[in-house]
Amino acid sequence: MKHMSEEELIAYREGVAEQQAVISRHLAACEECRGELDRIEAVLAALDTLPVPEPGADYGRRVWREIAPRLAERSGRWWHVWMEPRRLAAAGVIVTLIVAAFVAGRITRPGKTSDNIANQEQVRERVLVVAVGEHLGHSERMLVELSNATPTGPTEKEVNISAEQRRAEDLLQENRLYRQTALQEGDAGLASVLDELERVLLDVAHSPEEVTPAQLEAIQKKIEGRGILFKVRVVNKELQQRQEATKPTQSDSTERERNKV
Amino acid sequence: MNRMQKSVESTQAILESDAIAVERTLAGDRDAYRVLVERHSHNVFRLAYRMTGNRHDAEEVVQEAFLRGYQKLRQFAARSNFGTWVYRIAANYAIDRMRQRQKEEARREAPRAEDRDGMENDPLNRVPDEAPTPERLTQSMELRKQMEQALAALSDAERTAFVMRHWEGCGIEEIAEVLKSSSNATKNTVFRAVQKLRRALQPFVETGAQARAMGTES
Repeated sequence: MKHMSEEELIAYREGVAEQQAVISRHLAACEECRGELDRIEAVLAALDTLPVPEPGADYGRRVWREIAPRLAERSGRWWHVWMEPRRLAAAGVIVTLIVAAFVAGRITRPGKTSDNIANQEQVRERVLVVAVGEHLGHSERMLVELSNATPTGPTEKEVNISAEQRRAEDLLQENRLYRQTALQEGDAGLASVLDELERVLLDVAHSPEEVTPAQLEAIQKKIEGRGILFKVRVVNKELQQRQEATKPTQSDSTERERNKV
Repeated sequence: MNRMQKSVESTQAILESDAIAVERTLAGDRDAYRVLVERHSHNVFRLAYRMTGNRHDAEEVVQEAFLRGYQKLRQFAARSNFGTWVYRIAANYAIDRMRQRQKEEARREAPRAEDRDGMENDPLNRVPDEAPTPERLTQSMELRKQMEQALAALSDAERTAFVMRHWEGCGIEEIAEVLKSSSNATKNTVFRAVQKLRRALQPFVETGAQARAMGTES
């Protein structure tokens, strides 16, 4: 008796075999193929035991809360959203990046092409470095405050972290923009830290406004466990060094002045 | 009224209510979209989690799927049902997200020596030489780890095809549309995914079954 191939048995199992009836008849008569199918079934059954985390009964509401302010920008009236004060800072950075690149291009146009490109890149990097540095500073301050938060009295049953939660929501939006920009700029290291920061901000933004001391401790442990504060500080320090390195030097400007004459 | 009939009627009610919510959203009532988001978020999250393998990315996929759904709602009109449609958008974005994540990781990690000849990348070559002893396996935890690794080792297309077909019960045509592939090629992708998972996991599944059998004997 010719046995079924593995491909035929998988196709049969998934209900996409061209000859379902033929395979079914064969299986009824062939113990070996039934055994083979059982082994495939066992693996698939094991995979079915992989858990999917339960996002919570209010997950739909949380998704809505996250996306509702962003719907306008997707419907064509994008400028409404960008007029929100909290978005203006991030929008400003992007506009500055474009303008800076344009201005750098104009200023350096008569020079050598490779110098122009290098200058444009320097200006773009400097703007990004300054903006992300500020963003990391704000994030660090919020996380430090949250890490140091304590219940005001021993009898206090809940701690209000709504202020930190709102700041985390704002920082989250900015963080996404900066992470995407860092990726586009090919800065994988920075993008990676921003990605980690995003997870922490997401956790804080999704926390309840009032938490029990135990819940607060759990949030603080998460921040501490991920070592995010340390990473943010290190990257911020690196950015400051990069900022120093990309500052135009005295000799550069002197040389430019000399060339003008 | 039997259970089947009740279920058909409740599905029908959801479809009708989805259609009304879509219509109202298109008429300019933004809050009508909320009904759709709250109703379908859990299902989309489940798909996204199984495709991306982590909660953070899954949540991003869910949000982006509903944002894109809102943006493209006019294209949806009365086609199929909203749940299936937003599902497809989520699957597409999850593929993009997985590719982006791989690029990020590739940039971070220097190529390892054993990866250079491509051997390490083939999950068929990751099958252990011999099944570990039941003692060494802390059973379900070890199996779970192996399953997560085996799923992560599938290509984006294989993982998408497997998740959509096996766990979400999607039709081959629907998966083919997401993968931008033909039906036959999609069937082959499903087949390859199951084959790779089997190669990687069967030794562990068998070891687990043997250990359970020994446990019940003693």
